[in-house]
Amino acid sequence: MDNFGFTISKGRQIDYENNNRFIAEYIHEREPSFRSCIECGCCSATCTTGNFTRFSLREIQILIKRGENEQVRENIKKCMLCGKCILVCPRGVNTRNVVTLAREAFQKELKNAV
Amino acid sequence: MQFDLFVIPFNIGLFFILIYAVARSVLWFMDLSRPDKLRLQRGFFGRSFGQSIKEIFLESLIHRKILKANFRLGYMHMSLAFGWFLLILFGTIEADFFGERHLNPPYKAIFFKFFNPDHGRSGFEAVYTFWMDFLLAFILSGLVLAVIKRFSSKVVGMKKTTKLRMLDKIALTSLWLIFPSRLIAESLTSGAYGTGSFLTGSLGSLLASFLPANQLAYPFWWLYSLSLGTFFILLPLTRYMHIPTELFLIFARNSGIRTGDQSGAFREMQVYSCSSCGMCIDACQLNFSAGITNIQSAYLLKGIRNNESVSDIAHNCLMCGRCDAKCPVGIELTPIRMISRRAEEIGQVEKNLLKKYFPERKKLVPVRSNGQPSYSWLPAAESPNTEVLYFAGCMTHLTPSIKKSMVRILDASGFRYNFMDKDGGVCCGRPLMLAGQDKEARELINYNSQLIWKSGAQILVTSCPICYKVFRESYYLGVEVLHHTQFIKRLIEENLLKLNFMRVNIAYHTPCELGRGSGVYDEPREILQHVARLQKTPYDDINSLCCGGSLGNMKLGYKEKSRITRNAVSHLTKGNPEILVTSCPLCKKTFAAATKTRVADIAEIVAGVIARPPVYKKLPELQYTGDVHANIY
Repeated sequence: MDNFGFTISKGRQIDYENNNRFIAEYIHEREPSFRSCIECGCCSATCTTGNFTRFSLREIQILIKRGENEQVRENIKKCMLCGKCILVCPRGVNTRNVVTLAREAFQKELKNAV
Repeated sequence: MQFDLFVIPFNIGLFFILIYAVARSVLWFMDLSRPDKLRLQRGFFGRSFGQSIKEIFLESLIHRKILKANFRLGYMHMSLAFGWFLLILFGTIEADFFGERHLNPPYKAIFFKFFNPDHGRSGFEAVYTFWMDFLLAFILSGLVLAVIKRFSSKVVGMKKTTKLRMLDKIALTSLWLIFPSRLIAESLTSGAYGTGSFLTGSLGSLLASFLPANQLAYPFWWLYSLSLGTFFILLPLTRYMHIPTELFLIFARNSGIRTGDQSGAFREMQVYSCSSCGMCIDACQLNFSAGITNIQSAYLLKGIRNNESVSDIAHNCLMCGRCDAKCPVGIELTPIRMISRRAEEIGQVEKNLLKKYFPERKKLVPVRSNGQPSYSWLPAAESPNTEVLYFAGCMTHLTPSIKKSMVRILDASGFRYNFMDKDGGVCCGRPLMLAGQDKEARELINYNSQLIWKSGAQILVTSCPICYKVFRESYYLGVEVLHHTQFIKRLIEENLLKLNFMRVNIAYHTPCELGRGSGVYDEPREILQHVARLQKTPYDDINSLCCGGSLGNMKLGYKEKSRITRNAVSHLTKGNPEILVTSCPLCKKTFAAATKTRVADIAEIVAGVIARPPVYKKLPELQYTGDVHANIY
């Protein structure tokens, strides 16, 4: 096809009906403070891991809540649990527990699938 | 030979518990690792034997540590343990001395009065009977306290007492019945024969005045024997197992055996040595600041003993180590909790009674929540050659003033140094370890170790006690690791740093990981006394509080954490200090949010009072330009 210098952009709707909300619900149930995140991005700004590599807890929280888990699965393993994000969070989200629970949930999901 | 049917329950119980204790000890000994076996052999037949006997006397019988901490609770424990011991000891002597012959079977001493009702009428016999009555009264006074404590723990000066299982309750009832039944049985016999001293004699004559004492005594002797037998037989299944286990534990500990991170026989011994006295509950900040009363170490150990899932309990803890410091038995509670975090014991609750008496070691299955190694993104480890390496740590990057102050101090010291994580470094690995993920932490440890080795540094200085602890304990560096307080102390001692005196009142907060975690108490205090007026707080040194920001707790929410912080800060600022000083960036950050008092790190205080422009002999790249620090900021 000829290249006219513009493309059709990918669809940007969030398909809640088909997305898998298992991870989000797993975390919600065990760490209620996950709900109070306002996606301000303080955690990503201070992140030790984010300093070296493309890792953003803000992005991860948004994606998990949408149920778009595939992008999170590998990314979430990068966290070092150092805990700086807890200290800067203006909403008091227990971020370390959120990450740990997300890892747990991915592990459980994997087991359920097999 | 004097004998009566009623002694049979007591005899069965006694011989059962003796044989059981020996069998269990042999099993524990077999389970120890080979070096530990050798240690125990050397300790048992060596110099530490005397020390162990002394400790058994002071701690298992007198309960010195509990007495010091809480007199009424200590008296309760002492009267039951030491009183009972004396009663048995002097009872045996009595039976041997006044009985019809020497070397009697044990039941003779216990039921002496029944077989010799006429004993104790006059002379030395009466004095001896008075002494035996006194011992019984001593035990009974403790028992009264114990009964009251069960219903209202405040009476013995405790805020909370431990909750019990069914089996514990039966054993407790039989224990409670032992001494009152002895009292009544002896009193009735004494009443019938007109003997006995101030307690049994007077109660006996009172009872005999309106009751058929001679007939009634016999059933109470049966009750006495039965309650003793029941208690001995149930003992291995309940918390009273701590009585025999503690003896073994004291020998093992004095031989130099430590838990480390091994989940072997020594850990099991410690788990069984817990008497659920509840000292850890009162010491716990989650209890007295945040009102969480079901996760303390006594419950953790109870959960492990009963094969319950302890994952939630194990993770809901600040890991401040206050309970470790307070435990009268000296159980290494925090290491045991760390083991429970790393791996969970998988097993079913044992229904088979025989297996309950000899529980199999449960398999420890590692908790996997992280999947495959995940830190492949780490950059290549490169480090320039240097003399002193400074590692600020993640938390110090959140408190830049500490970082700046340390740079200033290091500049003034004249050492050739390198700021290892100037542009943000890799985590030290301790937070992952606290979350029970040791294998993942190893990856970070390897990475940082390489950085440190490549730098060729001799001294590694860190500002964060969390990093300090892990550098010292889990890295194998061959480099001297110093917390910045130790480093500054050394600079002052070697005259590399001249400091002015500030005329302000300051209070010092000892961080958990630096104080109880690593045993660094003196250096920070000495520096502070050198530069300012240091106030005393009721929570100094080993009794220090946790700031509440601890990375040890995964489960605690924001609200509970801030309750702990506010409570701690209110205790520390009671003397109205102008500055609240700490030596941990995490504590500083946590406290600063909760108080109006200025919170500062030791490094900031010291950097603020450096006396004169230091001479830059060893630093060729820095030139003196009037304002010495102009080129840093």
